[in-house]
Amino acid sequence: MPKRIIHVLLIAMFCIAGRAYALSAAEAKSLAVGEGDARIEALRAAVSHADAKTLAFIQALSDDAVKLVGETPVLVVDGQGQDPVTGAPVALPETAEDVMNNNRMRGELDTALAALKLLSADAQVRRDAVKTLRGEVDESKLPLIEQALAAETVADIKDQLGLLRAAALLGSTEIAKRLEAAQALGESTQAATKTLLVERLQVETDGSVKAALHKSLSAVESRLAWGDRLGALFSGISLGSILLLVALGLAITYGLMGVINMAHGELMMIGAYATYVVQGLFQKYLPGAFDWYLLASVPVAFATSALVGAALERSVIRFLYGRPLETLLATWGISLMLMQLVRTIFGAQNVGVENPRWMSGGVQLMGNLSLPYNRLVIVGFAIAVLVGVWFLIEKTRLGLFVRGVTQNRPIASCMGVNTARIDTYAFALGSGIAGLAGCALSQVGNVGPDLGQGYIVDSFMVVVLGGVGQLAGTVYAAMGLGVLNKFLEGWTGAVLAKIAVLVFIIIFIQKRPQGIFAMKGREA
Amino acid sequence: MSKPLLTRSAWGAWLVALVVLCAVVPVLNLWVPADSVFHMSDFAVALVGKIMCYAICALAMDLIWGYTGILSLGHGVFFALGGYAMGMYLMRQIGLDGNYKSALPDFMVFLDWKTLPWHWTLSDSFVATLLLVVLVPGLVALVFGFFAFRSRIKGVYFSIITQAMTFAAMLLFFRNETGFGGNNGFTDFKRIVDIPIATTSMRMTLFVMTAATLLSFFLMARWLVGSKFGRVLQAVRDAETRVMFSGYNPIGYKLTIWVISAMMCGVAGALYVPQVGIINPSEMSPANSIEIAIWAAVGGRATLIGPIVGAFLVNGAKSWLTVTYPEFWLYFLGALFIGVTLFLPDGVVGLVKKLKGGKA
Repeated sequence: MPKRIIHVLLIAMFCIAGRAYALSAAEAKSLAVGEGDARIEALRAAVSHADAKTLAFIQALSDDAVKLVGETPVLVVDGQGQDPVTGAPVALPETAEDVMNNNRMRGELDTALAALKLLSADAQVRRDAVKTLRGEVDESKLPLIEQALAAETVADIKDQLGLLRAAALLGSTEIAKRLEAAQALGESTQAATKTLLVERLQVETDGSVKAALHKSLSAVESRLAWGDRLGALFSGISLGSILLLVALGLAITYGLMGVINMAHGELMMIGAYATYVVQGLFQKYLPGAFDWYLLASVPVAFATSALVGAALERSVIRFLYGRPLETLLATWGISLMLMQLVRTIFGAQNVGVENPRWMSGGVQLMGNLSLPYNRLVIVGFAIAVLVGVWFLIEKTRLGLFVRGVTQNRPIASCMGVNTARIDTYAFALGSGIAGLAGCALSQVGNVGPDLGQGYIVDSFMVVVLGGVGQLAGTVYAAMGLGVLNKFLEGWTGAVLAKIAVLVFIIIFIQKRPQGIFAMKGREA
Repeated sequence: MSKPLLTRSAWGAWLVALVVLCAVVPVLNLWVPADSVFHMSDFAVALVGKIMCYAICALAMDLIWGYTGILSLGHGVFFALGGYAMGMYLMRQIGLDGNYKSALPDFMVFLDWKTLPWHWTLSDSFVATLLLVVLVPGLVALVFGFFAFRSRIKGVYFSIITQAMTFAAMLLFFRNETGFGGNNGFTDFKRIVDIPIATTSMRMTLFVMTAATLLSFFLMARWLVGSKFGRVLQAVRDAETRVMFSGYNPIGYKLTIWVISAMMCGVAGALYVPQVGIINPSEMSPANSIEIAIWAAVGGRATLIGPIVGAFLVNGAKSWLTVTYPEFWLYFLGALFIGVTLFLPDGVVGLVKKLKGGKA
């Protein structure tokens, strides 16, 4: 929301509130003129009994829209001078000087504005104000916070305000108030509370308050640790479900058919670009239903990638069955051409794919743990695709044929299965699933010609680790790698975590060359 | 082996061609006047020098892939390791002439480092650098190969694991704190053994050294594959189990050729860096490693001369296409990958041989 609108809203709100205190000329002067410390003192005093005029004046100070004519502060509104108290026009001579605000003063102004915004009618403005104030409060803002607390109706903001009040009280001179605040802060789930408690502990002199602070601190710390752990677990599962989506298609083309499909990443890229195209069509022809474009793009992404996959199988791959290293080289060539093709059509730059509105935002579970909707949707989507693939392979006639052909081609052929056609179907299926993965990836990352390259190593790792030809192994490997990666990330940083995971896989393969689940019997 | 690929006189012809290349290019560049059609520009000389480095990689790839049947998708790492070892020496040779006039390389000054990291200790010495160029890739290959071959990882698994290795190495070298210049790598070289690097004589020296190295490696590889050792390698390629039943332990053979191949790539990298003037982590990208395989495949696997021809053909086409039709390069390279695997399993050399055979 633009500053100006907030500004107007706030003024309107204060007018309705009709508070008795008014900005006086002396007050305005003390805010704008003088030494930094004196001005900050004046600012803190003004905040506790502010009215609309005070707010407007502080906002103007923060926006650098106040000038000094001699010692008198004048508001500058659209280039015209205005008396901050009466609102009457004032001449603005050339000699008028700017009010200089150093960084400390700016910080104080921001805090003051945030405190005043606690009384806004817009819940989101209040929520943001609470966030700004976190860790910045002192006793002078207490009256405002208490006033806001009394008026607050939204539960989560009320909780936050309670903590804010406790944080303000923590600086109180009365021991009883500090004790109460220390105990209240034990309920917090904010990372900022921890800093606050630690800071207070360093200067606290009273024994009972100290004990309460320690108790609260350990409570907050353990809660934060849980938030962190659950957060890492969730992002691990979320990464794992992306890896699963990426690897599922490969588990079919590589695992079942023995084709080292290095173009798998580019088939995902095609799925992502198909999503982009559907988005564009919705923007152009169905802007009203734009929020649902993603649902339409799921089958489109699947079909596009599956068709490309089928074409590739018919034209190149079927000549290379049983020669995995050759399929590797040929499909690498295909991947280069597909990448260049996309560059030719869509340009070398990344294209913008937007989250639909229902996928933005998230559920706030704890102070330091929120689950973004787009990640949740992808986890659900991965599960749905997994169930679909399992059903297709295990329960349908096509799946039976695919399994039959991969297990024993001559016998399947003798039984009247058109093995060449089954190969095409199976490869198209694997490619289509890659397209679905691309559709999902378009919601969490960049969509560009290089999209596939970033995932190809990962996806092969998952399939190799899981054990070739094993859907269950792919699932375990994807989830395991995702979670392992995220926990290492919290510990060593993203790149080292990735390296550690790759090294781990190399070592793991030493111990179990066939992956987590070795295929029984004869094996390629 | 049923019949030698090329006759004794054909081998001789190839050798002569290489020797002539070494001798003729400097002559064409230095003594033929610049307006003559036979004049080779400095750019062309640098290009041929660069491609000869690639050819060494392709030759190394042929030993491990063509003759031993192990497709490595990680040879870019060994190439880059050799290149980085040389690059570190060249960075130290800059001395106080960097942008910051500091004894430390510029990127370290930029990162506000005060002392040289431990792994740079030996990089002041040219002799130590020459050793590191072969020892570092060799050691990495030894450790990696020992674990991989011991647990009998082979075929596609090995290829994919080597790809993971090069990917991990690339991520590692992209980091600033690993002390290899992050994603900018090393560049701005000034001197090599205190001789300015940009002079004609230095460029010619590097060119001739590269050509001589390529030639020596070629002769060494030819001797290797013709020896008993080389025959065991080919037996491992064709039927590893039978080799084991015959009383050989394939691990030692595979490990030896793997380490030799890696060291050759390291030397290629070390020759490449001073001629090209830059080394950065993108040399370790999986794509670069797999391109080495295509040079070998285009020229013809298990022929030794084929991969060299392949490196020249593909890279020659690359430098021509990326200038003339920049957007076509990837189509061409992609089509090459597909076409060679589908229609030319024995590469260009195989095709030539087939055509000759058809006529005879």
